[in-house]
Amino acid sequence: MTLPVASAENAAASAAQGNVLLEVRNVTKNFGPREVLKRISLEIAAGEFLTLLGESGSGKTTLLRLIAGFEQASSGEIWMSGERLDTLPPYKRRVNTVFQNYALFPHLTVQENVAYGLQVSGAAKPEIPGRVNEALKMVKMEEFAASRPAKLSGGQQQRVALARALVNRPKLLLLDEPLSALDANLRKEMQGELKSLQRELGITFLFVTHDQDEAMALSDRIALLKDGGLEQVASPREIYAHPATSYTAEFIGQTNLLRAEIKDSVAACGSLQWSSTQPAGTALFSLRPESIHLSADGPPASDAVRFRAAVRSQIFSGSSEHLELDAAGQSLRARIPARGPLSGEHEFWFYPADAVPVRE
Amino acid sequence: MPCLFASDLKMYSRVYKWIVSSPPILWVTFFLLLPYALMFAHSFWLVQNGVIAHEWNLQNYAKLFQNPVYLEVLFRTMRIAAGVTLLSLLLGYPLAYYMSFHAGIRKDILYQLVIVPLWVSYLVRGYAWKTILGSEGVLNGFLQYLHLTKEPVSFFLYSPFAVVLMLTHIYTPFVFLPLYASLEHIPRNLVEASHDLGAGSRATFIRVILPLSLPGLLAGATFAFLLALGDFLAPLLVGGPSSIMIANIVQSLFGTAYDWPLGAAISVSILLLTISLLFLTERLEKRWSYR
Repeated sequence: MTLPVASAENAAASAAQGNVLLEVRNVTKNFGPREVLKRISLEIAAGEFLTLLGESGSGKTTLLRLIAGFEQASSGEIWMSGERLDTLPPYKRRVNTVFQNYALFPHLTVQENVAYGLQVSGAAKPEIPGRVNEALKMVKMEEFAASRPAKLSGGQQQRVALARALVNRPKLLLLDEPLSALDANLRKEMQGELKSLQRELGITFLFVTHDQDEAMALSDRIALLKDGGLEQVASPREIYAHPATSYTAEFIGQTNLLRAEIKDSVAACGSLQWSSTQPAGTALFSLRPESIHLSADGPPASDAVRFRAAVRSQIFSGSSEHLELDAAGQSLRARIPARGPLSGEHEFWFYPADAVPVRE
Repeated sequence: MPCLFASDLKMYSRVYKWIVSSPPILWVTFFLLLPYALMFAHSFWLVQNGVIAHEWNLQNYAKLFQNPVYLEVLFRTMRIAAGVTLLSLLLGYPLAYYMSFHAGIRKDILYQLVIVPLWVSYLVRGYAWKTILGSEGVLNGFLQYLHLTKEPVSFFLYSPFAVVLMLTHIYTPFVFLPLYASLEHIPRNLVEASHDLGAGSRATFIRVILPLSLPGLLAGATFAFLLALGDFLAPLLVGGPSSIMIANIVQSLFGTAYDWPLGAAISVSILLLTISLLFLTERLEKRWSYR
């Protein structure tokens, strides 16, 4: 699991070096009185796998459609490789899309579907069959070249849609929830293939999903959207370990949100007290369930915050136990290694550094 | 509780089925199958001394091919029907395309504007054309007002042109409706996918929209052609002797000429033509729909 981190760092580094492929500048989109995108600014590095993550209605698909050219921004600009992109019609953009329901042409065979982009953009005729074959081989669909889309399963249609979008060799591939119609197993399989395909081809992927696990598994960076605004843009590890807002902390993984009073560099929330560098006043902290440990499982570190809590409920999930704790009125969720039934009061602990301050 | 045997149930369901299905069966038998059978039989009989003699023969069909008038009228009818089809498509397709893809919120009102004339009687619409095209008509009045013509132009009315014009006006909605329906059924993301892959509006129309609208286009064309083929009022109202159509001949054979057998033979021939055309278009429509 070291590779994604490395490539995330590469991408972040290349973004820093100015190797920016796509730049979204202050983009706003209104549908009538409704503001679906609020001054979005985002940079995508060449070769990066960036995921737009958000609930339905968060504006992620709208942003994708603006980049593809199916919608016009109300204000702001989109640039690609130093050229203005948002003033071009969709058919002049070196961007291709994998649509949510694949959008394969029903009257054309698999082969003709994949050849479409080459034919209409005036590729040299003799090289079309070769490139179509190559694309179909890449997604392992050569044997279905003569079939019509209606004869294919969802997963197969997905592969054809991918081949059709990639055959034009776009600089940027947009994927609009491409896996949402597949069943869980196929979905996992396709995730792996997408990721390795992206690494092989070195094409920049902009992926839209509402599934945080999918986003975590695939992305170099995740851009989390909420109500048309960007909450946070960071690598999966960063966004999980250091969520910027309470929304991010709750959307990506599970968390405990603790509202604490800070005085003299000590944060206090009910019976819990830990040292914090936050300025005095109230602050919100995110504490992941797995950051809470049972003292009986191993001795707490010297700087650990210890507390006693009653186990209210316990759910066993194979490798771990999910606990609902009551620490003097403050309820907490904890996840500890599987260890058998617990009841009554026990001592728990966490590192002060694991209580991450977040914005509301 | 009374015992209900399986045989009773079977009995019950048989009676029920009979009650439910008999009205349509009777209707079809008495008003469709029987008249067709009568017509078919008549076409093999002949008229002797002013009465229909039930003597089986093929003379009527032979006459069809021997007397050039019938074939000539049949071909003229087909030419007029083809002209009506072509003109209705030329009018109906752009309208349906515009409404389906570009009309936005004007869609509903435009749709009503297309539908409303269908509620006006056929005869009224026919007479309207008489008023427009006649020598004292609106068109001539307008041309004279513009000083483009000095005297009323007579060839507007009582010509095949007038028939084609009137039938096109009447049957364009029939072409429009199936076309519009098939255009509305084209998923919009296919159009987006086409643009996305580098096709401009024209390439998208030719490669995606047109092929996917073919079933609707064919259905509309079939409507227009067959309805025009069987029309006999337009030639009476605006056509004149030079644009007699096959249905007018059938009408006169069944009426004043009192030659039912020959009229029946022509009807059977047209029926065969119609059925084979429907058969052909249905097969094509099936091939062109990909769901």
